[in-house]
Amino acid sequence: MIEIKNLYKNYDDITVVDNLSLKIEKGEVLGFLGPNGAGKSTTMKMVTGFIEPTSGEINIKNLNIKDCSIEVKKLIGYLPEGAPQYGEMIVIDFLYFIAKIRGLQKNKIMDAINRVIENLSLQDVINKRIEYLSKGFKRRVGIAQAIIHDPQILIMDEPTDGLDPNQKYDVRELIKKISSDKTIIISTHILEEVEAVCTRAAIISKGKLLFDDTPKNLKESGEGNLDDVFRSITMGSSS
Amino acid sequence: MYNIGIIFKRELSSYFSTPIAYVFLVIFLLLSGSLTFYMGGFYERGQADLLPFFSFHPWLYLFLVPAISMKLWAEERKSGTIELILTLPVSVSEVVIGKYLAAWFFIVLALVLTFPIWITVNYLGSPDNGAILSGYLGSLLMSGGFLAIGSCMSSTTQNQVIAFIISVVVCFIFLLSGTNLVLDFFNTWLPQGAVDAIASLSFLSHFSSLSKGVIDLRDFIYYFSLIGVWLYINIELVNMKKGG
Repeated sequence: MIEIKNLYKNYDDITVVDNLSLKIEKGEVLGFLGPNGAGKSTTMKMVTGFIEPTSGEINIKNLNIKDCSIEVKKLIGYLPEGAPQYGEMIVIDFLYFIAKIRGLQKNKIMDAINRVIENLSLQDVINKRIEYLSKGFKRRVGIAQAIIHDPQILIMDEPTDGLDPNQKYDVRELIKKISSDKTIIISTHILEEVEAVCTRAAIISKGKLLFDDTPKNLKESGEGNLDDVFRSITMGSSS
Repeated sequence: MYNIGIIFKRELSSYFSTPIAYVFLVIFLLLSGSLTFYMGGFYERGQADLLPFFSFHPWLYLFLVPAISMKLWAEERKSGTIELILTLPVSVSEVVIGKYLAAWFFIVLALVLTFPIWITVNYLGSPDNGAILSGYLGSLLMSGGFLAIGSCMSSTTQNQVIAFIISVVVCFIFLLSGTNLVLDFFNTWLPQGAVDAIASLSFLSHFSSLSKGVIDLRDFIYYFSLIGVWLYINIELVNMKKGG
């Protein structure tokens, strides 16, 4: 589904993503882990076609993202870092706008909107301006716009950041529910989240892929709990 | 085309969901009206035409159009929504054009709302309405030129104030490029051919004939190619700088 080959991204002299190769199949939920500044968001921005790699290749469903960027973007749902949205818009207008530009047919738009409102419990805020929403609601509107077209590929940068424990639980359940026929990448700092929803964990630090296996094997690969394992993997690379 | 329409609609409605639209419309109408009557000597001239009205438009646009255009891209970049919009299945050019057309349409709306002055002049005398129409057309084209510059400048920064200031400066240069003030500056270090080319780029000279009712195809070509060039640079800038 998603194939990343020898991906590099440099800003001036700094290498943010360093020879990253990954292959992610349908049905997989990849948890993308790493310290701040490890290159997680940059990699996601390249996979979604927002920025171009310095070198390397990204193929999605055998389409090269450089050659068929519009076709590829149609397949992807994306929650960017910080869940940016148009603050002056009403939630339902915003979702309608996204649905339209995603090419949903007119008679299916309302069904799609109702589906995501239900999935993310947005009933109370649909007529509110986005800028007045709490962080948790804003994040959920961001997830709603990412799944409104029922994409085959879902990429979310810290989907549960700013949510309370109940909301986190709901979002994780949602991801599990929809994951069977999708390819999902989520980035997170929360290690328990990887255990809870991911079928696979990839750890990167300083742009390099350091670990790629199941969360279970991640836990068993070192001593102590997940936090300790994460520390030993990512700190080891910097020394 | 379909995507341009969706972007256009979203942008336009966002003007009216913030105070920007109303502040702009009120100030534009107040200024264009009062300048015409008080400084333009609308009554004292004793002529039934709208020349004093149109003669202030370049100076009004110099500040008011960058005030509209400064947010076009700077705000998208600052709030991060640029990442949202450019990962949707739309091309950069569709977004640039959609946003541009929405802003232009908004300025046209402001221009349409000046109709009472047209009614006034028709009530007081019998003006050449063809010339007035030509003046409106010239004003519309000129605002499009200012706006294309402003939109392009807005894409160079994520700071709206900086976008506003650079836009005013660049627009000012284009406005005055036919005058000696600007030409003397370039004369010192550019060859004569380039200086002549700059002279022919002036907004004022291409607007003045239209505002007097002289419709010349060259003025249309001038404005449309100017808009095209600035929007092209705008698209390239967004493409280049979207990540950083």
